[in-house]
Amino acid sequence: MLHERRRYALLRWALLLVGTVLFLLPFYLLLRGALSTEADLASAEWHWLPPSWEWGNLAAVFGDRTVPMGRALLNSTVIAVTQTIGVLVLSGMAGYGLARIPYRWSNAVFWLITITLLIPAAVTFVPSFVLVSSLGWISTLRGLIIPGLFQALATFLFRQFFLSFPKEIEEAAALDGLSWWGTFWRVVVPNSGGFAAAIGTITFIGSWNAFLWPLVIGRTPDSWTVQIALSTYLTAQTSQISQLFMAALIAILPLLLMFLFLQRWIVQGVERTGISD
Amino acid sequence: MLGRLRGRQDVNLWFWVFVGPFFAGLVLFIYVPIGWSVYLSFFEAYNTVTPTEFVGLANYRDMLADRAFRDSLLTFVVFAAFIVPTTFALSLLTAVLVARTRLMQAFFRSVFFLPVACSYVVAALIWKMSIFSGMRSGVANAALGLVGVSPVPWLSITDPPWYWLVIVSARLWLQVGFYMILFLAALQRVPANLYEAAAIDGAEGWQVFRHITWPQLLPASTAVLLLLLINAFQAFDEFYNILSSFGSYPPYARPPLVYLYYTALGSGQNFGDGSAGAVILTVMIAVVALAQTRLLRLGGRD
Repeated sequence: MLHERRRYALLRWALLLVGTVLFLLPFYLLLRGALSTEADLASAEWHWLPPSWEWGNLAAVFGDRTVPMGRALLNSTVIAVTQTIGVLVLSGMAGYGLARIPYRWSNAVFWLITITLLIPAAVTFVPSFVLVSSLGWISTLRGLIIPGLFQALATFLFRQFFLSFPKEIEEAAALDGLSWWGTFWRVVVPNSGGFAAAIGTITFIGSWNAFLWPLVIGRTPDSWTVQIALSTYLTAQTSQISQLFMAALIAILPLLLMFLFLQRWIVQGVERTGISD
Repeated sequence: MLGRLRGRQDVNLWFWVFVGPFFAGLVLFIYVPIGWSVYLSFFEAYNTVTPTEFVGLANYRDMLADRAFRDSLLTFVVFAAFIVPTTFALSLLTAVLVARTRLMQAFFRSVFFLPVACSYVVAALIWKMSIFSGMRSGVANAALGLVGVSPVPWLSITDPPWYWLVIVSARLWLQVGFYMILFLAALQRVPANLYEAAAIDGAEGWQVFRHITWPQLLPASTAVLLLLLINAFQAFDEFYNILSSFGSYPPYARPPLVYLYYTALGSGQNFGDGSAGAVILTVMIAVVALAQTRLLRLGGRD
């Protein structure tokens, strides 16, 4: 029996180590590609480390006029930050109203919100494009940001969260004469940091990595996000491969840093958004 | 109780102060486009988003008769047949492995979860330019070279269709960690006394998993399966980035959204057909999503 258990442990460790190597390999390849010269990447001889470290790729990425990487980084940052804040404020408030304010048609409104969860946003990109283009928002930050601010799932999750918020605290605030507004901002919000962090990190990652919508809306180079700039590099010109890797490394760096420091909230965000029952 | 403390008059006003901004946006950016799209789908609309001529159901007939549209559904079926079972099995396996390990558990969890922070574009780039580049220097070909196999042109041939391996493995790497987290959360909810009882009965390894863990994971498994299916239906990013080169996409391996993208926003700019296609796909996905909520509710009841 002990023998058997040891065999299981050995198998488990073997699988974990193989898995670790396979899952980290792409990151290693990205780093190696970003710091190699073009010639070393193309050579048939395999090098684990670049024979000569090429930091010039970094300057080359930002110096390339055809793909404005600096502008793309700025666009992505503005979009991800405003969408994260916007979703937290809009869905937080809506979730609170739905959970707490006893309006007569509250259930009907809630139903109209949750039914949209059946339709993923990606499937309706053609209708959304039609609307945004008739508003004249093609290739603008408005067109990239605003349609993504209204996330039914976030509102749904905030409502569930506020339903479980201890009512006694809010009642005490009401007795002190605070309005709904005052209660929400001064009592409820300061005690919802963890939940907001979970929803916020997931929103930020989704926004930073979004592809289809920015592809459809960002039609001019100055409205490209990081993902679109990378994709344009990747699908159009393929001669400067090491520069391409460096650009990709720059693109994932903010999220990798975020991952290191905020992993706890990302995990909670995944748990909440993955299974929303 | 809270309502009574604040007087009835204020309730309507405050509800709309809190919910109004979100709800107005939802109506404008979800309901209006979908409604417009349904309307547009009955009209001719080339190069314009305003309807020109009423054509009834002709756009729907066009779409359903279009070989390329049906091929896109077939592409989805093939893709789902690859990606759903492999992701399910691998994320369950990694979750069980990580859950059982006490030493360095946080490290292993982070390793498998890390790709979740990565975008499909970046993954497509690494897969296309490094791992599955058709050259001798590509990692896959270098590894095959060690055992004497000559380089495989992974993406430039369709027979055999090696591109499926490239596409499926990229998504697998990106999403296994996400579903592993869902399985880990479900594993933590399994009552410890069940394992104790099993240990007293002398159950070991596979038996414990088969008779104790697996039944407890059923609701989570149903949710994961349907999420995988819905997400596979929306696949776009990795297909677009791995398969298109020099600005053009090959005629094969176009899943529904890629097909729709080229119909509505390609050179044709056919928004009538595009809208009809969007309506058909929306109905299809809504049916699956409805099944999901039904099944989850059933699963959650016991």
